[in-house]
Amino acid sequence: MSILEVRDLTVTFPGDIQAVRGVSYEVSRGEVLGIVGESGSGKSVTSLAVMGLLPQNAEVSGSVMLHGQELVGVDESELTRVRGKSISMIFQDPLSAFTPVYTIGDQIAEAVRVHQKLGKDKAAQRAVELLDLVGIPHPNVRAKAFPHEFSGGMRQRAMIAMAIANDPDLLICDEPTTALDVTIQAQVLEVLKTAQRETGAGIVMITHDLGVIAGMADRVLVMYAGKPVEQGAVDDIYYRPRMPYTMGLLASIPRIDGAEGPLVPIEGTPPSPAALPPGCPFAPRCPMRIDVCEEEEPPLVAIGGGRQVACLRSNEIEYKGLTGEDVFPVPDIPPSEVVRVPRDERATVLELTDLVRHFPLMKGAVFKRRVGTVHAVDGISFDIAEGETLALVGESGCGKTTTLQQIMQLAAPQSGRVVVLGRDSAQLDRSARKALRADLQIVFQDPMAALDPRMPVGDIIAEPLRAHGHTNVKGRVAELLELVGLAPEYAARYPQHFSGGQRQRIGIARALALDPKLLVLDEPVSALDVSIQAGVVNLLEELKNTLGLSYLFVAHDLAVVRHLADRVAVMYLGRIAEIGAVENVYDRPAHPYTQALLSAIPLPDPEMERTRKRILLEGDLPSPADPPSGCRFRTRCPKFARLGEAERQRCVDEEPRVDRLANAVDHGAACHYAEQIEVIPASEDQEEK
Amino acid sequence: MGRYLLRRFATNAILVMIAASLAYMLAATTMNPRGAYEGRQPPVAEAVVDATLDEYNLNDKTPVFQRYVTWASGVVTGDFGRTWNGGSVNEEMGRRIGVSLRLLFIGTVVGFVLGVGLGAYSAVRQYRFSDRLIGVGSFVIMAIPVFVLATLLAIATYSLNRGLGFTLIEYTGEYNPKLSGWDQFFNRLNHLILPTISLSLGSIAFYSRIQRNMMLDVLNQDFVRTAMAKGLRRRTALFKHALRTALIPAATYFAFAFGTMLTGATFTEKIFAWHGMGAWLVDSINQNDVNAVAAVSLFASLCVLVASFLSDLLVAALDPRVRVN
Amino acid sequence: MRSKVVLGRLLRNKQARYGCIALILLVALAYIGPFIGAYEWTDKDFRAFLSAPSADHWWGTTSIGQDMYAVTLRGMQKSIIIGLLVALISTALAAVVGAFAGYFGGRIDRLLMWGVDLLLVLPSFLIIAIISPRLKGGSWLWFVVLLAAFAWMITSRVVRSMTLSLREREYVLAAVYMGIPRWKIIFRHILPNLSSLLIIDATLNVSGAVIGEAALSFFGFGIQPPDVSLGTLIAEGSRNATGYPWLFAFPAGLLVVLVLSINLIGDGLRDALDPGSNS
Repeated sequence: MSILEVRDLTVTFPGDIQAVRGVSYEVSRGEVLGIVGESGSGKSVTSLAVMGLLPQNAEVSGSVMLHGQELVGVDESELTRVRGKSISMIFQDPLSAFTPVYTIGDQIAEAVRVHQKLGKDKAAQRAVELLDLVGIPHPNVRAKAFPHEFSGGMRQRAMIAMAIANDPDLLICDEPTTALDVTIQAQVLEVLKTAQRETGAGIVMITHDLGVIAGMADRVLVMYAGKPVEQGAVDDIYYRPRMPYTMGLLASIPRIDGAEGPLVPIEGTPPSPAALPPGCPFAPRCPMRIDVCEEEEPPLVAIGGGRQVACLRSNEIEYKGLTGEDVFPVPDIPPSEVVRVPRDERATVLELTDLVRHFPLMKGAVFKRRVGTVHAVDGISFDIAEGETLALVGESGCGKTTTLQQIMQLAAPQSGRVVVLGRDSAQLDRSARKALRADLQIVFQDPMAALDPRMPVGDIIAEPLRAHGHTNVKGRVAELLELVGLAPEYAARYPQHFSGGQRQRIGIARALALDPKLLVLDEPVSALDVSIQAGVVNLLEELKNTLGLSYLFVAHDLAVVRHLADRVAVMYLGRIAEIGAVENVYDRPAHPYTQALLSAIPLPDPEMERTRKRILLEGDLPSPADPPSGCRFRTRCPKFARLGEAERQRCVDEEPRVDRLANAVDHGAACHYAEQIEVIPASEDQEEK
Repeated sequence: MGRYLLRRFATNAILVMIAASLAYMLAATTMNPRGAYEGRQPPVAEAVVDATLDEYNLNDKTPVFQRYVTWASGVVTGDFGRTWNGGSVNEEMGRRIGVSLRLLFIGTVVGFVLGVGLGAYSAVRQYRFSDRLIGVGSFVIMAIPVFVLATLLAIATYSLNRGLGFTLIEYTGEYNPKLSGWDQFFNRLNHLILPTISLSLGSIAFYSRIQRNMMLDVLNQDFVRTAMAKGLRRRTALFKHALRTALIPAATYFAFAFGTMLTGATFTEKIFAWHGMGAWLVDSINQNDVNAVAAVSLFASLCVLVASFLSDLLVAALDPRVRVN
Repeated sequence: MRSKVVLGRLLRNKQARYGCIALILLVALAYIGPFIGAYEWTDKDFRAFLSAPSADHWWGTTSIGQDMYAVTLRGMQKSIIIGLLVALISTALAAVVGAFAGYFGGRIDRLLMWGVDLLLVLPSFLIIAIISPRLKGGSWLWFVVLLAAFAWMITSRVVRSMTLSLREREYVLAAVYMGIPRWKIIFRHILPNLSSLLIIDATLNVSGAVIGEAALSFFGFGIQPPDVSLGTLIAEGSRNATGYPWLFAFPAGLLVVLVLSINLIGDGLRDALDPGSNS
């Protein structure tokens, strides 16, 4: 018996923007339906339409039946009776989803009192119970805190507490963990599972993360351009996709469990909902398209086993057993010449020795004062050899961005040394610094913010050339655009005319303008959709090999890191926890933090997700203004918890240094009791190899 | 928190001191109190003029810095000096300060409360007739300078009273000294009507625009959506969550708006013949009354700083994010 | 191209369209109108003192026999010029001070913002009024300078806070990491990206300056006779507004319409340049 039944739901915004074009699905008690799609696919709009929370200028048609009661077109009083009672929603960004001026406890109590006749005290009491249920420590104290005093993970827990306050039958989760770090994401997903057990509710889980869906969902609905293109049981979708878009999506994700070689990119970009192509919306990007595809949009048809597919060639795909790798063209990336030389014999392009960066901690907006010191980076050392990619990974607040800024500034650090291409940053004069900048360039995370919106692309790429007195600017700009796979005619256009992936390519072209030796990549693909991301990753790899570049790659996505990096350094609270060759660190992590980090990453593989054992961390990252004594990780360390009293004392008193592990050439960990274990199950195809 | 309040008081006190000193210097160098004694019939001997001006600390033959020191040491002990014709600035100020403060206080409160209310209402009724009416009204009012508005109000009341044949609304002065007791109280209230309207109408329009825009910014934010997702009605969500949050930026504008309010008060006092600080400023500039001008400047800068301080307190009270625990 | 888009959006906005039409008509009236009228603004008709509007004197005459039509248009010319000049100077000043304070931060920022605070403590009306006795006999351009000198502070604060956020924008960082000098970054990346704000602000500053001029002139602290502005005319007219309403109605009405049309354009510009914001 289904709780929610959505039929032919369409949403149109003013200007004939068809955001959702006929979505149908149902959810039963205790079932988790995953809705997957890239940005702009209409997945969030669908769920807001179900809740009746779209802006008033949106036109909604079709039917949404909750327990047989129609919700589309009913008046507000009907809806308010259902909202928060039978259906609850968990939003993506828990900071903006709470009213900043009321306490968390009050806001949860309000949700209780809207639907239950309870006194103020009782409701407050209930709020505390709910906070306890979702695992917030000291719930009676924290209930009196304001949203800005909660960490991201805690806020999302509180959001879940609010959503289950009235024991709903259906929970709609809109990208509930996208704004969170992986270890926190693992915690929150665990809480969601608990919440589902407690309430027995059905869940609609909306996300772009195929890993999260693999671990949570029973059934999956794939959306593209406002329409479902494939629907079925989770295993069917992941192991036997029948629609080229789903196939491409699955093939384009970099995997943490190995698989070398270039990623499978899907060419082009999703269509704008204001200008849809006449036929199948995916046809322009589909390598399997035939003429008919561009004439008529294929309907979503049932193909048995509870599955539905919207593709004319789905039978053929099934018959031939095609996968994304078979269908989508994989680029050929030439190998690097430099790496044939052993690492010891290559030049060092960047060397950091005991780098320290502390910030004063200011508090209060009206009455400012210094209340402490943030130990953002607290003595880190690493080096990068020519032609090598070192990835700096860690969760937000670990100091990776500060490290990067310190390098880019080319100024004397507070303490320690930064040596770029053999030149100590503390001993540079103005002209030497400017000259060195030509060899050290950066690609930023946000392709929207990285390009000046008031400059044509040609001028953006020419800016570094002109600043360094180059003459043949025009020719070089054309050359650079071609190098990153864009047409030279694009030079006259403005950044807003490009898609995210194209803008990131422009950013790369600008960084390459001066022929740098070392490129710093600050989360270069994390703002991009998966299908676009693969193309940019491939481009970066190709450029590195053909131009002999070295990369310092800062990222939080460990799967992309595994794919792109040669070595990896894991940071925690301003220190390096573990460093070494990618194979060593990923396959045999020795630091408990790295182990937890790797085990927290959801894999886009339902079978593996079901059998996997997670190492869950307790609590949040401690404040970098007040790091724990001794080992900084000990407050959350699962290993520390298992140690005896005497052994623990060492973790409290003595800060571990990064020591090379006995049996490895390039692998070090900052743990007194380092022990290599395997946390990522080897995937099937890896075993086959 | 106490220490920070204190530090803030100290910096504000310094700002007031510098501002007032600056105003004194400007007034002392640009104005010519001697002019009042020159060209009299019969002519006054220069020595006599000098002696009189010396007594009032207004002699332009004394170096300006020396005059400033005399003035400042007086101010520190609470003596604001003498007016151009020898009266006590303190006394005059004592008479006038209450008049101005009453007007400013009522004008500010009425302007803020009505403006915020209208703005919020307008935002909730976005694009409806009432929203458009409020929008057009506030646009027109913001285009009318206080002195035009006050004159228009005075003309309208004059015609109204003449049409009625008796004085329904008073349009000049502060009260009728012939009345006493409750009669005088109501008479005072009656005299307040026009100045309050002319002073607060502009700020009602100003705050209503601001509050409407802030509300609209907030209306589309996630937390209003969350409030509705809980099962609150749109209206409840708007008032309880959106309005409360949108009050914060309006409170920060309070400080900016107060300077305008002071200028507005000057015109209002002058046009409705109230003997307040603003009217005094205009008169004393015309009379080259340096010490009076300096006193009014001190008063004005003090008012502005108190307003900005109150605005900070208001923001801190409304917004838990800026509070320091 | 962008400017075409903005212009299109501006003209689609009903308010702004009315504002533009009204402003064009007013400017035309101020500068072409005098050629149509029969009298020069300096002419005095000794046969008609304080005469009501008639076929001869369309808007009536003043107490010394000046033709109200000619005098009012002359006053409006002055008000418009003063408004434009003040807005231009004060917005430029605000942009430079705000951007430098915000971008350089530290001591420069504290010094500049302290200066802004100080200037904000004293209402500009008061300072200009105090200085005004010095201006008697001087050029009206000094008056423009004074008005501009005390009208830029709030904008510069806004510019500063926006610069603070732009400073951390990645394209600005990219320019820094290219080795481009900081003052160049301000003029190349920061100010152009604040242009929407600055254009809107300059527009609203025009109306602010028109009102400011009129307010000061109302008390005799601004434009000095024999020159006229809308402010001096309104002051003159308001003294006897019940007896001789034309002395008050024409200059006051034109002032209100002028300010209103500029405000409408400013508000429309905000919608056109900055479609995301509601403010």
